[in-house]
Amino acid sequence: MRGITFVRQFGEVVLAIAIAPLFAGWIAQCRAWMQNRSAPSLVQPYRMLRKLFQKDAALAKNASPLFRTTPYVLFGTMVLAAAIIPSLATDLPFARAADAIALIGLFATARVFVSLAAMDIGTAFGTLGARREMMIGFLAEPALLMVLFNAFLLSGSTALPSLVEFYNAHRFLIDPSLAFAAIAFVMVLLAENARIPIDNPTTHLELTMIHEAMLLEYSARHLALVEWASSLKLFNYACIGFALFIPWGIAAGGRNGSAATLLAIAALMGKLAVAGAALALIESLSAKLRIFRAPEYLATAFLLAVLGLLVHLQIGAR
Amino acid sequence: MVTRASIGPLLNVLASGLLLISFAMLSRRRTQRLIILFAWQGAILFLSTCLVAYSSGLTELYYSAALTLILKVILLPWILHRLISKLGAQWDSETLVNIPTTMLVGLVLVIFAFGLTQPISTLATTITRHTLGMALAVILLAFLMMITRRKALTQVIGFLAMENGLFFAATSATYGMPMVIELGIALDLLVGVFILGIFFFQIREQFDSLDLHHLEALKED
Repeated sequence: MRGITFVRQFGEVVLAIAIAPLFAGWIAQCRAWMQNRSAPSLVQPYRMLRKLFQKDAALAKNASPLFRTTPYVLFGTMVLAAAIIPSLATDLPFARAADAIALIGLFATARVFVSLAAMDIGTAFGTLGARREMMIGFLAEPALLMVLFNAFLLSGSTALPSLVEFYNAHRFLIDPSLAFAAIAFVMVLLAENARIPIDNPTTHLELTMIHEAMLLEYSARHLALVEWASSLKLFNYACIGFALFIPWGIAAGGRNGSAATLLAIAALMGKLAVAGAALALIESLSAKLRIFRAPEYLATAFLLAVLGLLVHLQIGAR
Repeated sequence: MVTRASIGPLLNVLASGLLLISFAMLSRRRTQRLIILFAWQGAILFLSTCLVAYSSGLTELYYSAALTLILKVILLPWILHRLISKLGAQWDSETLVNIPTTMLVGLVLVIFAFGLTQPISTLATTITRHTLGMALAVILLAFLMMITRRKALTQVIGFLAMENGLFFAATSATYGMPMVIELGIALDLLVGVFILGIFFFQIREQFDSLDLHHLEALKED
């Protein structure tokens, strides 16, 4: 029985790694459609990864081992995060290994490494990107924590699986605090994943880059791993959002047959398709903010999350 | 059909929507957006009044809901839109304090309002008792908006939003005010907006802008 759960855990992680680039490709396709451009193929991210893996890596002369190991660290942390987040089922061995606060710590580790690697070579753009990334990060993290606290107040636990189990026990629960938290979460998701109101993932102008500026020195397999890790990060954030706000379909309550797993996979795909289209819509409708407007944006997210907490306390526990 | 048991949570959701719109109003710079938000606030008010009327069985409340729909969702936003396009005032409205600080002050106001109404709502027996704190918060946030904004138009919108909050407080505390008073307030609002509209033109003719700090100087230099 224990062995089976490990196999399922392995399957979940492999699925996450496999479909994360597909999710990024789907968002790019939706964005292209909404902007009346001809869309790139859905498998374009995979072709990109294959091309990059086939190339020879070029490293700067003064690159330290930190620069070379960072892509592996990034990819590793994101895979670990994918294992912790209950995207398909709740009774997996890794899901109990860490709670959501540790998960945020994991994301912070990745951020620290990528920023250090960006400053390692000593080019101006890398340092600039790293500084901006840290500014966004330190504003986004408290907002994300507040969003999570909103959900944790409902379920009384800081573990994501028990939250999903809680929802499973209380269907049709209407709590306005979750609406506030959901809006705040979407705002944090956009900021943390270098999406449009804060950063433009497709920009070619170095001066406005945040995330891309840190990756300028990477090439070939290193770049491939970093890009893959970014798409995994977006996928992970989406899965956190599903677990927090729309956990329908995730195999919970001890149901772990193949029917429940298939249903969970189908539900995940459906939710990803809708979420990707919604993200593309938000990105198409909004313009990139000036960097000095970013604190305003993230302060709004933080305030919304705190407001959710207050409303929850005011209305009282259910 | 909505069951009576689910009305309480639904009302809470609507009240939170009102609060959310108040915060959105605080953070918006454009006057045009403010009017749209004001219309949305009226729409939520209409829905919540209808729900309260349904759950309490008071026909009077249906009339005041209809009044809300006509006046605050359709008529006043339309008048304000026309005013704006006639004045050519679709520009950015400046804020005195920067927006994150304003939002923080707003958050403190919300905590204050919730703390103030906590003893009242524990004593009350109406279905809407939890929303009283949110109604007070909406009033205070509208106040804050009037204090932080400089332009005449945004101040009027703040005033109207405050009236929305008062109306909501009345429905949550005592299932609404007597019909006569409500009709009187509605008429006052309508006439008030008309008169203020005329004032806008006078102010602009005098000072070439709608910025109210021109009015602070008592004599010409």
